[in-house]
Amino acid sequence: MTNKYLIFLGCAIPYRVSSFEISSRKVLAKLGVELVEMPEFNCCGLPLDPVSHETMLIMAAKNLALAEQHGLNILTLCPGCAGTLKKVNKILKADKAQREEINNHLKEVNLEFKGTIETKHLIQLLKEDIGLEEIKASVVRPLTNLKVAEHNGCHILRPKEYVSFDDPEDPQTLKLLIEATGATCLDYIDETECCGAPSVGVSDKVALALAKDKLNHIKQVDAQALITICPFCHIMYDTNELRIEKLFNETYGIPILHYPQLLGLAMGMTPEELAFNELRVNPSNMLKQLNQGAK
Amino acid sequence: MTEIAANPTQNREKPIKASELDPKFKYELQKMHGSEKILKCFQCGTCTSDCPVARYSDDYRPRTLIHMAQLGLKDRVLNSDTLWLCAACFTCTDRCPQDVEVASVIRVFRNLAAEKGCIPQVFKDQAQSLIESGYAYKIPELRIKKRESQGLPPLPKGNPDKVKKTLKGVKFIEALQKPVPTGETTSDQ
Repeated sequence: MTNKYLIFLGCAIPYRVSSFEISSRKVLAKLGVELVEMPEFNCCGLPLDPVSHETMLIMAAKNLALAEQHGLNILTLCPGCAGTLKKVNKILKADKAQREEINNHLKEVNLEFKGTIETKHLIQLLKEDIGLEEIKASVVRPLTNLKVAEHNGCHILRPKEYVSFDDPEDPQTLKLLIEATGATCLDYIDETECCGAPSVGVSDKVALALAKDKLNHIKQVDAQALITICPFCHIMYDTNELRIEKLFNETYGIPILHYPQLLGLAMGMTPEELAFNELRVNPSNMLKQLNQGAK
Repeated sequence: MTEIAANPTQNREKPIKASELDPKFKYELQKMHGSEKILKCFQCGTCTSDCPVARYSDDYRPRTLIHMAQLGLKDRVLNSDTLWLCAACFTCTDRCPQDVEVASVIRVFRNLAAEKGCIPQVFKDQAQSLIESGYAYKIPELRIKKRESQGLPPLPKGNPDKVKKTLKGVKFIEALQKPVPTGETTSDQ
């Protein structure tokens, strides 16, 4: 099986988190994954699910049908997109009546959902298609003196029935991927807890309180960085860390890195190549520490 | 939309009058995708005790919302601002011992509230952007142009016309495209 995927960017990444896309593309190219661009795309549908489940189903099915025309499996960087496409794929494959109903909508643009492809998120692809051994082999600069914490986020793990390839109560994939870079992955309280991002705009108070408690727990174990794999979790922590510091009179100084940025460093790429300049929380202390260890 | 938590309207303490109960509500819910299993809920409270939002909000309680729906307090459930606090993390769904798919039940409540026009602005904005651009957020021109200098390929086309065609007949989307009637009621403060 060749490692050739149709890349599904989603909306949040091109809107606000290009550092995730830049670093992912660099790392995947190094690992020999071929990415095919989607000429046409629309939102996966997830943001519309709360207000119209039907809209979500149609949007997800439209994307799946477009991908089916290419005969390629989908790779997403956003766990929300991955979860939605996986879930709708499974629902429509199993439920003929619902499939026919959705296909009636797709007929308007000459598309049909058939259920012939699968979707994977970046970390699932890294673990299952590349493998930890190959990732370890790509490391030229082990990050041995770096101690970090991970944040999986919810949609990569739940609901288990539809999305998960990992144990939502004790996820291991991201930890193993972090350790493959030579860095230490620290345990902390409430690791699998939600970042709070979906509550932003509805109640900032609740969202920020959730993020604050997690940052406190990460600080308690002296993590030098927090590693995320979701654009929304990244926005939540990276954009709001300084705000939370001011609001709650705390100090963190914990840079928030996308996993491919961490892996890219271990592959010998420079912070500039990996778009570290786009991070809001200054990563220079962490990078200094890394260089000291390399001497 | 302003802070919801500061304005609790769930009225859990308010006495229940028989006249405000809709005994058929639970059967309607049983027929909808996502809330088929609502009657299996025996009020154990696992959802609320494991809910990250309930920990930080004085008002959002998934168990209570389900109980209210089972009792037939349809209007109270659908008019409840706290409905919109759910972060859709699916912890409740995964841990429910009765397999009620709690997060999907909450989503059904929200969909029903949305049909009545009771939705926070943030969701309206995303739906509007989807119809106009195919993307859930309006991606600024500057961002699109910057991609080239960042060594990134051009963005895929959103083709909003095709999006609109496929969404023909979807009640929520059609209501959104109609001009706003005066005296519109939403949960905005």
